[in-house]
Amino acid sequence: MKFTMVRPRPAVFALLALVALLALAGCGETNGANFLNPAGPQAEQEAFLFWVIFWLATGIFVVVTGALLYSVIRFRARPGSPPARQISGNSSLELAWTIVPSIVLLIILVVTINTLFVGLAKPEQEAFTVQAIGHQWWWEFRYPDQKIVTADELVIPVGKVVDIELISNNVVHSFWVPEIAGKTDVIPGRTNKMWLKATKTGTFRGECTEYCGQQHANMNFQVVVQDDAGFQSWVTGQRQLPSEASQAMTGQKIFAVRCFTCHLINGQKELISQVGPNLTHFGSRNLIAGGVLTNTPENLKAWIHDTQEFKPGNDMPAFTQIPDDQLDQLVAYLESLQ
Amino acid sequence: MATGSVVTPGRVARPAWTQRGIGSWLTTTDHKKIGLLYMFSAFAYFLIGGLEALLIRTQLAAAHLQVLDPEQYDQIFTMHGTTMIFLFVMPMTTGLGNYIVPLMIGARDMAFPRLNAFGYWMFLFGGLFMYTSFAFGSAPNAGWFSYAPLTETDPSVQGCLWGTINQQSTLAAAQTAAKGGQGCFAPGPNMDFWVIGIILLGIASLSGAINFIVTILRMRAPGLTINRMPLFCWMQMITAFLLAFALPSITVAGFFLLFDRHLGTHFFQAPNGGDPLLWQHLFWSFGHPEVYILILPAFGIVSEILPVFSGKPIFGYTFIAWSGVAIGFLSFTVWAHHMFAVGLPTIAQAFFATTTTLIAIPTAVKIFNWVATVYGGRLRFYTPMLFAVGFVAMFLIGGLNGAALAIVPFDYQVTDTYFVVSHIHYVLFGGAALGIFGGIYYWWPKFFGRQLNERLGQTHFWLWLIGLNLAFFPMHLMGLLGMPRRQYTFAPGLGWDGLNLTATIGAFLIGLGTLVFIWNAIVTFRQPATNLADPWDGFTLEWATTSPPPPENFDEIPVVRSRRPLWDKKHPEDPDWRRAH
Repeated sequence: MKFTMVRPRPAVFALLALVALLALAGCGETNGANFLNPAGPQAEQEAFLFWVIFWLATGIFVVVTGALLYSVIRFRARPGSPPARQISGNSSLELAWTIVPSIVLLIILVVTINTLFVGLAKPEQEAFTVQAIGHQWWWEFRYPDQKIVTADELVIPVGKVVDIELISNNVVHSFWVPEIAGKTDVIPGRTNKMWLKATKTGTFRGECTEYCGQQHANMNFQVVVQDDAGFQSWVTGQRQLPSEASQAMTGQKIFAVRCFTCHLINGQKELISQVGPNLTHFGSRNLIAGGVLTNTPENLKAWIHDTQEFKPGNDMPAFTQIPDDQLDQLVAYLESLQ
Repeated sequence: MATGSVVTPGRVARPAWTQRGIGSWLTTTDHKKIGLLYMFSAFAYFLIGGLEALLIRTQLAAAHLQVLDPEQYDQIFTMHGTTMIFLFVMPMTTGLGNYIVPLMIGARDMAFPRLNAFGYWMFLFGGLFMYTSFAFGSAPNAGWFSYAPLTETDPSVQGCLWGTINQQSTLAAAQTAAKGGQGCFAPGPNMDFWVIGIILLGIASLSGAINFIVTILRMRAPGLTINRMPLFCWMQMITAFLLAFALPSITVAGFFLLFDRHLGTHFFQAPNGGDPLLWQHLFWSFGHPEVYILILPAFGIVSEILPVFSGKPIFGYTFIAWSGVAIGFLSFTVWAHHMFAVGLPTIAQAFFATTTTLIAIPTAVKIFNWVATVYGGRLRFYTPMLFAVGFVAMFLIGGLNGAALAIVPFDYQVTDTYFVVSHIHYVLFGGAALGIFGGIYYWWPKFFGRQLNERLGQTHFWLWLIGLNLAFFPMHLMGLLGMPRRQYTFAPGLGWDGLNLTATIGAFLIGLGTLVFIWNAIVTFRQPATNLADPWDGFTLEWATTSPPPPENFDEIPVVRSRRPLWDKKHPEDPDWRRAH
């Protein structure tokens, strides 16, 4: 029976390197969905808690694993090494290492509960409401006060509180825009409420984060934070009826035949969508297809032509039967709906 | 290890075909054979679950790959979780416990040998039943946690959608219905396979639990008080109690789901007055004790291996035992920490944050005691010891990132992301799997009269240690960078690409290590048995009999005077019972 040398040191360095990588996650780089680059007070609090956890956990790991590795090296059996002392416990040590972690954990618990009740409490500010409705597999946003309905992007003003009502009439989803706030699930049968407040303008990635069926992976959205003027002009634009020029386009007739069953272009007369998103101001949106593609004529054409290629199993059928020239007209019409 | 056709005086004579070959395995009520049956089957399921993992990681090796389509992916990830939890870890620890616990307590068998056999066959049948779903192209596909109402069939009369939000034209409704409700919740038999399988497996687990409790409480050898019992037996006993009290929740939930799907009830259907959250509460009332069911036996295994290969007793036996009990009780008070994002009242979230923080304390105490066991020892690094030491470090990581999840506002960000996937795999693979395989390498000579090859064992260990860290550490980052769980694909350019590729490489290293283990087993069996009763210089009673043990386990039931009866026997000048400690 042979002993073999155990060399744990490379493994430890590798692990510490990975920990360092973890630290880098918070350094400046953002992919639009990194809450360690917070753009709102909730994400800021949550990011702060992460760093507390990170340093504490790294410290504990280094100490405990250090003790383990020290023992592993120092007390390795070598030819001639004496038998171990038959120690089976030490009550004072047990008491110490029960009490000290308890105190540390208590402090963290207090910080947690304080953040929950105080830190994350909604600011006392005037707020307006947006209803975020989770469908399979796209997000609908209704603004009852402004009388707007749109999809895939949630436009809000910077520095203001926006109340979000979370609604589903199908399965459980979860509404998450990491750089602004933590997630809240969307549960059929109840209206969960959360709030958003962004302190920076910009475009932030949002995702569905509760498994909701086949296309859960492709149910993204954007939160577009604009300054007051930008937000007001967006609202004004969204409330307008489709222009006469648009409605006169050939593509409108194709839409009226092929698409109207599931999509509305109704000038926001009623705040509803059908099976699919309300497309009244479709041309003004950044993303299409449940946040999956950017809104360009090429993407739109490819999407309509074969939706199942991009999102297999989703509810919009592929329209391979629409001839190419009609498809171009349809796309032109839709993009004209600014 | 054929038992021969021995008819012991006073016992009923059995037909010859049941005494040898396959017949003896099919009809056995011997805890050792049943233990091996459990372990063998669990290992087969481990391989299948592992293949499912490799499929997942291949699909996610890069953005927008099309190795699996969404429906296939959903079935594979559901079955990966279900298989690893219900068909690998639980039966494997039941198998190890079945073989070893009666030996450790100086008993001749479990309390209820026929119930024992029943439990095994029920487990095997339940697992096979679930897997026949693949033959129908309808494997369960709503995740191992099966959240309602995604698991429901159509809750309403017209198509999938209900209520006041959407006003569907009749044409649209007809179209949805005509597609068979494609993407519309769970119309096929997939979830029926899952629920019925889970119920059958629950029956198997419960019968095992009853057996362990009664055996451990009533069949210990003379002098073997509860306080002298090996920690592996303590942990198996606590696990058995957890099973007994947790299984009812999921059984009830499963029946409610079946009734909703087929008998017109509305337990989880919001449009008809039901509540999807009821499923979550019921599921996690089982689900949280379940994760302790998964890890406690590994705690027990590691508490056996570390002392033997350190040449000294376990440090803090009483503290480890009682912290196990504490964990058992507390595990029923923390379940909603899986539900911090569902919109519970803040005060409720604070309660569960508190209980979850509390349960971290006994867990930390155990880790310190294991380190203290190794400290000051005379350490022999055979393969079981490598796995046990690796366990301590890897479980520590899983415990730390798990405690982080108790910090509710932080959890709001990372729940349902890959951060949680990292946590669960550090505790389940870095924890349970490393612990289990440590036990397999440790007790293999007792089962088969020969030790697994050391060189191959060490190769296995290092491949797994490196592989698991490559696979699961980057997932911390993936979660922090916003990558959600349970997604069949991901978009490029979000910083997730390299991390996912690294995770895939790690997964394949794990696969390679597993192959090394299989090769080790094959190579070992080609060599003659050495039949050493006590190859590791152990402390507990299983090493006081032959390898493998005779059918009745011991020629004479030993009398025990301390926690380490074999140490006492081998060190008559310094027995435990004479030392004040």
